[in-house]
Amino acid sequence: MIRVENIYKKFGNLEVLKGISLEIKKGEVVGIIGPSGSGKSTLLRCINLLEYPTSGKIYIKDTDITSSKVDVLQVRQNIGMVFQHFNLFPHMTVMENMVYAPVKVKKLQKAQAEKTAMELLARVGLQDKANEYPGKLSGGQKQRVAIARSLAMEPEIMLFDEPTSALDPEMVKEVLQVIKSLAHTGITMALVTHEMAFAREVADRICFLDEGKLLENTTPAEFFSSPKSERARHFLEKML
Amino acid sequence: MKLYFAQMGQYLPVIFNGISVTLKFTLFSTLAGFLWGTVLALIKVSRVKPLEWFARIYTSIFRGTPLLVQLFLVYFATPQLTGYSITSLQASILTFGLNSAAYISEALRGGIVSVDRGQYEAAMALGVPYRQMMFDIIFPQALKHVLPALVNESIALLKESSLVAMIGVTDILRGAQMIQNITYRAFEPLIIAAAIYYVLVMILTMLANRLERWVRRSD
Repeated sequence: MIRVENIYKKFGNLEVLKGISLEIKKGEVVGIIGPSGSGKSTLLRCINLLEYPTSGKIYIKDTDITSSKVDVLQVRQNIGMVFQHFNLFPHMTVMENMVYAPVKVKKLQKAQAEKTAMELLARVGLQDKANEYPGKLSGGQKQRVAIARSLAMEPEIMLFDEPTSALDPEMVKEVLQVIKSLAHTGITMALVTHEMAFAREVADRICFLDEGKLLENTTPAEFFSSPKSERARHFLEKML
Repeated sequence: MKLYFAQMGQYLPVIFNGISVTLKFTLFSTLAGFLWGTVLALIKVSRVKPLEWFARIYTSIFRGTPLLVQLFLVYFATPQLTGYSITSLQASILTFGLNSAAYISEALRGGIVSVDRGQYEAAMALGVPYRQMMFDIIFPQALKHVLPALVNESIALLKESSLVAMIGVTDILRGAQMIQNITYRAFEPLIIAAAIYYVLVMILTMLANRLERWVRRSD
């Protein structure tokens, strides 16, 4: 589904990704972990081209999306992204947030989009908030809406960029539950997170990044019990 | 010192006619300024270099020269150059529209730049094309940030509209001057004109407060 080939990313003089290669299969759930500044988020943001890799290639369903011939907007429609800070559109109600892209970008009928939106809101337990503005919701509710909004585009891939890092502790669980309910439903997921227990529980595979390099790429069981690299061992000691 | 307000009664229609001219003028020049200012603001953030330069130079010129000089240029100088003439009211609306667009575009540009980066990213991640993203997602939020500045601009326009009396538009001030010419009394008509301007500005301020409350309903 996703194949990342030897990508590098530089911001000015700072090299954030130093030759990362990675493959994610259809329906797979991959947890991307590592210390702050290790390049996790940048890697994720390269997959939907919010960042362009300085060099290297990214294939999605065997199409090289870094090629200039590819329609970026088309690529992104198929990849949902959930952000640390939710990024709901504050001037639109929850329902308007949900149907905006399906109607304006995918050209769905409004009634159809609203029906799907209601089903998705029910799935994240927020159907009663459809007509609220995001400002009235708690952090956990905002993030659940943001997840539902991404799902409304019916993407084959979902990217989660530290979806619980900006939440109060008591709201982390409700969001993780929603994410967990999506895992292994056929949708391909990449999840950058600091929630080690959660990554261990839902991910099929753990990718450990440090200083722009992919140091471990293995099953959660193996990663958490016997990491190969010194860096990962050190990281886990601090986290667990 | 004696004041003869009673004597003014019969001439008041002259000033009252001026009110509708002033209001019409303010409305149209605000609209023109807002529309053109929006275009300029979007150009300024477009990253298309030649257009950006045009918008910057435009703003610099209109902010860097006196409004009255601009008004005279449009009303007296343009006909000389182009051969066709425009009415004083048209010239006024044109000048004030072009002028306030410069100020409004700066306010809007600031508003657009201040919209959280995450809003762009969320829109991009959903596959929203640039133009739709700007119009539906970014611009409405920018507008909200700069609404107070826009209201101030239209209040400023209302007050500065008295300049158009200089080229003979019969607005409130011009009405007062006409009464002064007839009655040889300056204080009474001018103080009435001032009072009317004040009331109009207060009404506009009140409407603006309401508008702002309505816009902030989503907070």
